[in-house]
Amino acid sequence: MNNPFPLSRDGLLTAYRRMRTIREFEERLHVEFAKGDIAGFVHLYAGEEAAGVGIMMHLEDHDRIASTHRGHGHCIAKGVDVRAMMAEIYGKATGSCAGKGGSMHIADLSKGMMGANGILGAGAPLICGAGLAAQKLGHDGVGITFFGDGASNQGTVLESMNLAAIWNLPVIFVVENNGYAESTSVDYAVATDSYVDRAAGFGMPGITVDGTDFFAVYEAAGEVIRRAREGGGPSLLECKMIRFYGHFEGDAQTYRAPGEIEENRAHRDCLKIFTAKILEAGVVETGELARIESEVVDLIDDALESAKAAPLPSAAELTTDVYVSY
Amino acid sequence: MARTLSMMAAINEALDQEMSRDPTVVVLGEDIVGGTGSPGEDDAWGGAMGVTKGLIHKHPGQLIDTPLSESAYIGAAIGAATCGLRPVAELMFIDFMGVCLDQIFNQAAKFRYMFGGKAETPVVIRATCGAGFRAAAQHSQMLTPIMTHIPGLKVVCPSNAYDTKGLLIQSIRDNDPVIFLEHKNLYDRETDVPEESYAIPFGEANIAREGRDVTIVTYGMMVPYSLEASETLKSEGIDVEVIDLRTLSPIDLDTVFESVEMTGRLVCVDEANPRCSIASDVAAAVAQDAFGSLKGPVAMVTAPHAPVPFSSALEDLYIPSPERIAEAVRRTMGERPS
Repeated sequence: MNNPFPLSRDGLLTAYRRMRTIREFEERLHVEFAKGDIAGFVHLYAGEEAAGVGIMMHLEDHDRIASTHRGHGHCIAKGVDVRAMMAEIYGKATGSCAGKGGSMHIADLSKGMMGANGILGAGAPLICGAGLAAQKLGHDGVGITFFGDGASNQGTVLESMNLAAIWNLPVIFVVENNGYAESTSVDYAVATDSYVDRAAGFGMPGITVDGTDFFAVYEAAGEVIRRAREGGGPSLLECKMIRFYGHFEGDAQTYRAPGEIEENRAHRDCLKIFTAKILEAGVVETGELARIESEVVDLIDDALESAKAAPLPSAAELTTDVYVSY
Repeated sequence: MARTLSMMAAINEALDQEMSRDPTVVVLGEDIVGGTGSPGEDDAWGGAMGVTKGLIHKHPGQLIDTPLSESAYIGAAIGAATCGLRPVAELMFIDFMGVCLDQIFNQAAKFRYMFGGKAETPVVIRATCGAGFRAAAQHSQMLTPIMTHIPGLKVVCPSNAYDTKGLLIQSIRDNDPVIFLEHKNLYDRETDVPEESYAIPFGEANIAREGRDVTIVTYGMMVPYSLEASETLKSEGIDVEVIDLRTLSPIDLDTVFESVEMTGRLVCVDEANPRCSIASDVAAAVAQDAFGSLKGPVAMVTAPHAPVPFSSALEDLYIPSPERIAEAVRRTMGERPS
């Protein structure tokens, strides 16, 4: 079989499984949130899977990522346990953070996942630290910080781009540009039309890709990650992508154009685009994808059931894991 | 061998010894080497106050000059601490915390708890604090209460060179983020400091002076001022105990309670502004847990609820003086004339 793609058949199936897992996780959360069973704020990554997975396919556990408030997809793509994530979102003792973090703070440092973050742009300085540590400890790990078009205007991000450039850190700044900073358009809020120009202002290479095209993301990420690993310093990667849901669950999205979401779901669904390509090339078969989809549905079913059944944190946990002197 | 060192030299020695002991200790900050990339001397400054002078030659690769970009480099120090380094970041003045506070209080302070105990953040943020330098409103504050308010941070503010060395070594070895505050007006003061490395545990107050009549609870620059006031009061027949908290979080309230049980009188002295201060915190703790020991109202001596003024005429009034401390002690003794 002739494989025109930069990944092996197994690699393609892994990418599919990860993207499908994120989609299923988020679609199910959307349904469950509407039932009122999930507390707090939840921001869904559905529609944006190709970016997170396309990048994370290049990473190992010793590579670090600093995520955003919209972090579920990054967690799954980086290998964080899906059951523990679901339990965390339900505030249970068995969650990734023992129920103390919630949706916006899922972390697993053993997987190189330094945390989703409720503060926009806060991951950029932290990932410079990850890059500095890799440099000083002499390993080839890279750090990737994700931020949206909204947080791209934060001073922390801009300061960090300068710092990474002058220290030649192995760090990638990924702009997940879904066109909306919460409800506010990128056209209004970002002064430049080109993040590549912004990168140039900091003396680093920048690439803009269609974030709905897994292969475009994969190829560009491979290039900037390889450069960082080899000591070539930081880069910026802009992924233009589609947010299927609102800024947060419960967002009526009245700021979007009529029909915009339906149009995007029909024609710019990164998962549909990916599966169409690999099926058309004949590298994988429909049955194989259906089998993976069925396994993913079972996994999310199980994650949901076990999260709902799991115990809540005990009262004693209120003051553990923190220094308390009185 | 007995020898004396200034607080500044004690900090330098603590950093030197810890960088030798542990290659993952890195020191970073603005001008901490000085002159990086400039055409003149290297090690030009050794920090704005000269505290880190000479260390770059002993530990090349472990000191890093940063751009004037506190959010980025304080955040980088915090991120690096979660990735295997033990960074000591210098914030030139604690007054600059405003531009990097998110990284301190929303990131470093919360990781361990928010991630369910699975993250450690062994970072030290050193900063100068305090008034008396004619440095005006944005380079003279204490801000100790703000740092102490935040769960997850440990807060240290030593009063002498000996404690400074031992507490800084402890701070570097601690696995939680530590805010280490150095009072500018104490930098040149010398005490005996052992050459060998030693760590002073957190949460152990030092009884700087023993006395039976009145307890003063304080920290930082107010320790020598309180000792000075105590000497004046001694000649008046008032025997003052001075407790140097040394660490504000954790705080050693047991030592405070024991002293107040003995003296029955409490004066809280704090160079910070009065509202929600270390002074008010200690007063509240005694009111809650040792009220029965008190023979009269607690007295507080603090800066006024105002920014630090520039003019010497005003700044000297702003800073609690040994005279004001002595007056407060006399008040607790029942309006005894001086």
